[in-house]
Amino acid sequence: MSGKPKLTYFNGRGRMESVRWLLAAAGVEFEEEFLETSEQYQKLIKDGALLFDQVPLVEIDGMKMVQTRAILSYIAAKCNLYGKDPKERAFIDMYVEGTADLMGMIITFPFTPPQKRNLALIIERATTRYFPVYEKVLKQHGQDFLVGNQFSWADVQLLEAILMVEEKEPTVLSNFPVLQAFKARISNIPTIKKFLQLGSQRKPPPNDQYVATVIEVLKKD
Amino acid sequence: MKEVSEPGTLCEIQIMAIKPKLHYFNGRGRMETIRWLLAAAGVEFEEEFVETKEDLEMLRKDGALLFQQVPMVDIDGMKMVQTRAILSYIAGKHNLYGKDLRERALIDMYVEGTTDLMGMIMFLPFQPPEEKEKNFALIIERATTRYFPVYEKVLKDHGQQFLVGNQFSWADVHLLEAILMAEECKPDILSPFPQLQAFKGRISNIPTIKKFLQPGSQRKPPADDKFMAQEP
Repeated sequence: MSGKPKLTYFNGRGRMESVRWLLAAAGVEFEEEFLETSEQYQKLIKDGALLFDQVPLVEIDGMKMVQTRAILSYIAAKCNLYGKDPKERAFIDMYVEGTADLMGMIITFPFTPPQKRNLALIIERATTRYFPVYEKVLKQHGQDFLVGNQFSWADVQLLEAILMVEEKEPTVLSNFPVLQAFKARISNIPTIKKFLQLGSQRKPPPNDQYVATVIEVLKKD
Repeated sequence: MKEVSEPGTLCEIQIMAIKPKLHYFNGRGRMETIRWLLAAAGVEFEEEFVETKEDLEMLRKDGALLFQQVPMVDIDGMKMVQTRAILSYIAGKHNLYGKDLRERALIDMYVEGTTDLMGMIMFLPFQPPEEKEKNFALIIERATTRYFPVYEKVLKDHGQQFLVGNQFSWADVHLLEAILMAEECKPDILSPFPQLQAFKGRISNIPTIKKFLQPGSQRKPPADDKFMAQEP
């Protein structure tokens, strides 16, 4: 049994992708177990592995951690990506909550009935509520990173959010020159660059098969 | 600055701390867990209620709301938004976040669970009438089969007074709040959970919490039609 964290989730992005990003950014190798059948999921529940009967599950440092934010906070703190004092931590928390809200809209998109899907709202929120904030933060302090002149969880999550929205609307950063530079800069950090290359554990955008698998695994008898 | 003097003693100049100021609608919503945590920590706070669309627009225009949303808490020179960020900051500041990273991780997991449960209850009044009954049933089911059994077991397994690290924390405050909210939905919801019943009794008696539970505190009542009408 290796000491590497072990991620249990569907074979796709969903709520686990932010965890993959953060571990990768921190240069932490991890293993993955993919949920493919309802039986696997039921067994995890029966074994008492899932605190609230839900995945993501990350086994790390002897803990079976659930709840994405709890997992991300733990990794960020452990890997020195959470600022150097409570106030920097507060800013990182605010910024990641913003990007999490934006990404949350995209995560749930394929699971929303087609007639209720609102791509225009996602783009509107990205370009009028979220991206302007980060553009301004970076412009005002002129530093390379969002908080405390130091690479943090906030930077990783912002890059993840930018790339996710660009997949939906490739020109979305056209009015955000500072974010364009940020995107390039963070993408070039060696651990991130590696994660962005083919063959990494980064997952592709959800397709019909992914959606079908999730529904099948979680179905109630 | 406030001067305090007593006969026969030196004058003391007390610097009055600036109280945190909460900006939200005059109701529970997403701000209530913040009110609970500040109260539990014995921190006095002020409130400014968003009552009209114009109130909200003014806050937005003043650049006071990072993502154009409330809750917003003006604390320690920061205009903080995003409920979880605010709660984490307060917990950290007031020694309610455990004593190390692992305790913090447990507290985070537990509060995420109670947050999910309270989120379901919070949004019930906003559901269309035809969905309400189904969602109400789901809340009761989730509370009694997914969430409460977890906390019951945690308390039973370690036999301590508090959820994490044998010390009062944010997780205990949040759980009590969730229990009371669930009981408002179904008064006997705790009947299968003796540990939680004892926990409820115990935590309710902590002086700061006891004070918050009394009439006249800043605790808000459940959502009613008037509150609903205010939400933009």
